Amino acid sequence: MSTRVHLDRRGFLTVSLLGGTALAFDACVPLSAQGAEQGAGQGAPGVLNAFVRIAPDNAITIGAKNPEIGQGIRTMLPMLIAEELDADWAQVRIAQTLADDAVYGPQVAGGSRATPVNWLPMRRVGAAARQMILNAAAAEWGVEAATLTTERGHVVAAASGRRAPYAAFAVRAAGLPAPDLATVPLKAARDFRIIGTAQPGVDTPAIVAGKPLFGIDTDLPNMVHAAIAISPVFGGTITALDDAAVRAIPGVVAVVRLNSGLAAANGADDAVAVVADSWWTAAQARQKLAIAWAPPAAGGDHATASYERTAATLLDGEPRHDLARIGDAAAALKGAHRVVTARYDYPFLAHATLEPQNCTALFADGKLELWAPSQAPAAGRKATAKALGIAPEAITIHMPRIGGGFGRRLMNDYMVQAALIAKAVPGRPVKLLYDRTDDIRHDCYRPAGWHRLTAGLDAKGAIAAITDHFVSFGHDGEPAIAAEMSPFEFPAQLVPAVHYGATYMPTTMPTGWLRAPTSNAMAFTFQGFLDEVALAAGCDLPELLRRTLGEPRTLPPPERGAAFDTGRARRVIDAVCTRAGWPGGRATPGGAKTGKGRGFGFYFSHAGYFAEVVDITVVDKTTIRVDKVWVAGDVGSHVINPLNAVHQVQGSVIDGIAQALAGQKIDVVAGAVAQENFGDFPLLRIDAAPRAVDVTFVPSDAAPTGLGEPALPPVIPAIANAVFDAAGRRLRSLPLRLA
Amino acid sequence: MPEQGVPMSVTITVNGMPRTIDVDPDKPLLWALREDMKLPGTKFGCGAGLCGACTVMMDGDAIRACQTPVASIAGKAVTTIEHVATTPVGRRVSEAWAALDVPQCGYCQAGQIMSATALLTQIPAPTPEQIDGAMSGNICRCATYLRIRAAIAKAAAGAAA
Repeated sequence: MSTRVHLDRRGFLTVSLLGGTALAFDACVPLSAQGAEQGAGQGAPGVLNAFVRIAPDNAITIGAKNPEIGQGIRTMLPMLIAEELDADWAQVRIAQTLADDAVYGPQVAGGSRATPVNWLPMRRVGAAARQMILNAAAAEWGVEAATLTTERGHVVAAASGRRAPYAAFAVRAAGLPAPDLATVPLKAARDFRIIGTAQPGVDTPAIVAGKPLFGIDTDLPNMVHAAIAISPVFGGTITALDDAAVRAIPGVVAVVRLNSGLAAANGADDAVAVVADSWWTAAQARQKLAIAWAPPAAGGDHATASYERTAATLLDGEPRHDLARIGDAAAALKGAHRVVTARYDYPFLAHATLEPQNCTALFADGKLELWAPSQAPAAGRKATAKALGIAPEAITIHMPRIGGGFGRRLMNDYMVQAALIAKAVPGRPVKLLYDRTDDIRHDCYRPAGWHRLTAGLDAKGAIAAITDHFVSFGHDGEPAIAAEMSPFEFPAQLVPAVHYGATYMPTTMPTGWLRAPTSNAMAFTFQGFLDEVALAAGCDLPELLRRTLGEPRTLPPPERGAAFDTGRARRVIDAVCTRAGWPGGRATPGGAKTGKGRGFGFYFSHAGYFAEVVDITVVDKTTIRVDKVWVAGDVGSHVINPLNAVHQVQGSVIDGIAQALAGQKIDVVAGAVAQENFGDFPLLRIDAAPRAVDVTFVPSDAAPTGLGEPALPPVIPAIANAVFDAAGRRLRSLPLRLA
Repeated sequence: MPEQGVPMSVTITVNGMPRTIDVDPDKPLLWALREDMKLPGTKFGCGAGLCGACTVMMDGDAIRACQTPVASIAGKAVTTIEHVATTPVGRRVSEAWAALDVPQCGYCQAGQIMSATALLTQIPAPTPEQIDGAMSGNICRCATYLRIRAAIAKAAAGAAA
């Protein structure tokens, strides 16, 4: 799993690939006094730094800097600031900042990274503001700052009993130098009053009231609307366009030829936008465009069926590229007491965010203003600047609330498109909106993959060797985005002989990161296979994992990503087994099949350890129902907002159930995506949701890490393993199908 | 006889107020609400009646605004998310939604609240099966389903109390 993190010239951490395991590190957050969207500019009274402003009535406004995609970050990051600022959370107001990493530091929703990246920096921002208030109060009262304390937005002098709101010192404090962030003292954990408390989402009241919050709700004076027709075949071009009929339609403002903005398409992938006075008019008019599309030189005939045939043939052979070689796996398999082999596969998937891709752009006087639902606005700024040939500094990016991310909005193709369209109608804001079919057919898909796995057991039932030939997509020997497999893929570090290898097929499909990228597929593959290995070893999967993990210890870290701790893994496995009463009603191997089954899965990703138990019912010949799920997770020493943490885990688990059971699969036919809407790309509905998802957090000494993703992967193999328990059927292909 | 593409004057009652707009008679109620009446709380998800994000209430029934040509409901009364909390059932539902912090991304929640309000208007104390049945037309991509069930039960209990 590849996460490339580097310091850029300004010293800010930037993340150029977002799929990977989280690293715990300190991001550098500058402390300028620019609070761009907090209702006050630089130097305004009470602006203590880029994140904190205190009004004369002691109302404290805290800037929320990251894209909010439903992960709760607009609530959680300000909680960290408020904690160290010692503010009264009930009185805090939250304001979304602009996208500007020079002012706010990294602003990315991806890789479950926001927690480890911001755990210390956001607290230091709050602590620095508090220190400035204390220094100002000390000067005002003629005492030493060290004699003063704070309490819920007030300064208190214990000796004299004096007490005054922060606001009394805010103007003076704003003129003081900011303390050194590296040394500003932080609270001891025992003094936390906000971290670790259950806080509802700061936008919940506005959502429930139907207030305009989302990118699609952007409404500006004189705004026009765009619908888009993108080459149905990936990488296709326009050979002829007749837009005369469309231009004659009342309300149509412009017809704009452009590129789809997908970097994966290497400059091809043409598109046409229709701009009109309403989106309905634009979308209707688009259907009257006469466009002749030409497929790309190669790939116009690509199809799922041929990918599957090629993959099957490739799997029979040896991998073209080595990923991991430890010991002599071939010899170890020859000498093994028992050998297990199996093939697993999974399909392309779309993200299907419920808010379709959209972006509003205004181009005027050589400058661009964007209202962009983007998980990676800094990357979008770069891509947009390049596409328009303007300086990145000429672009202002607003960050509306986002109706679901799941990795789709790490790609900024729709942002580039909106900017290109805006350039053609200068001076008028234009809102580009995909319809659902555009959204399903022009995504960056979770790549399909195929595996041939073999494991050898020694006489004691321990894994002596494991091999995997992984076939997916890539070019020139390099995997496509999100089509990579880590050489550390569990249990590589715990087995004496390992050979992981890969072979990549070419594809024109744009690929991308889907929530818990690569992990969502690898967990299914490896934890499903290890369940088979456990059966051969005469034990169950939790017991095989305990044997394999051995003594608690930290394994050598991968080149990129977090080190694996066998003790933390063991604790979540034991915790979920206790909580669920494992093995409970599990069928004995070879025992009678009742239609009820129980399965287990464990996975480590994004620095989080998750073990899950699933109870299922095989309802009839085609239907598998998940009845209940138990989850135990270790994401470090603190769960910052326990309410949202449970929401994230439950949502991740049900998202995983959808991947396993809802029938999700993207097919390519003649170089284009076949599915078009929720009829043929189904999302999970309430009647297929389990009755309960029981969540237990197992704290550890590690610094806190993220929760947007790591609870998702284990549930998928746990379901497949439960189906075997219930029905004796080993399902090795996603989506899981009984018939 | 309304002609496609030719604007006509349509009057519907929206959130208690009669509204007259000049509009393509085929334009879906969803886009008339969002664009012509500046009520963006009702959301666009699929345009095909499959996801429920555009659910509004018409004369007490939950309908999919994306599948409802605006001319087809001339003279009817429509309630949207912006106004639903002014009804007793809608207020209980909205309060339960906030109390349980149901939303994650929040995009589908207007449609969920409208479907839940229609359900509780017609069946004040639904069984779990009736809740799942009535809500299965509303997709939540974040999968807040456990809290949706709990919030409906809470709102129903609030009516009984």
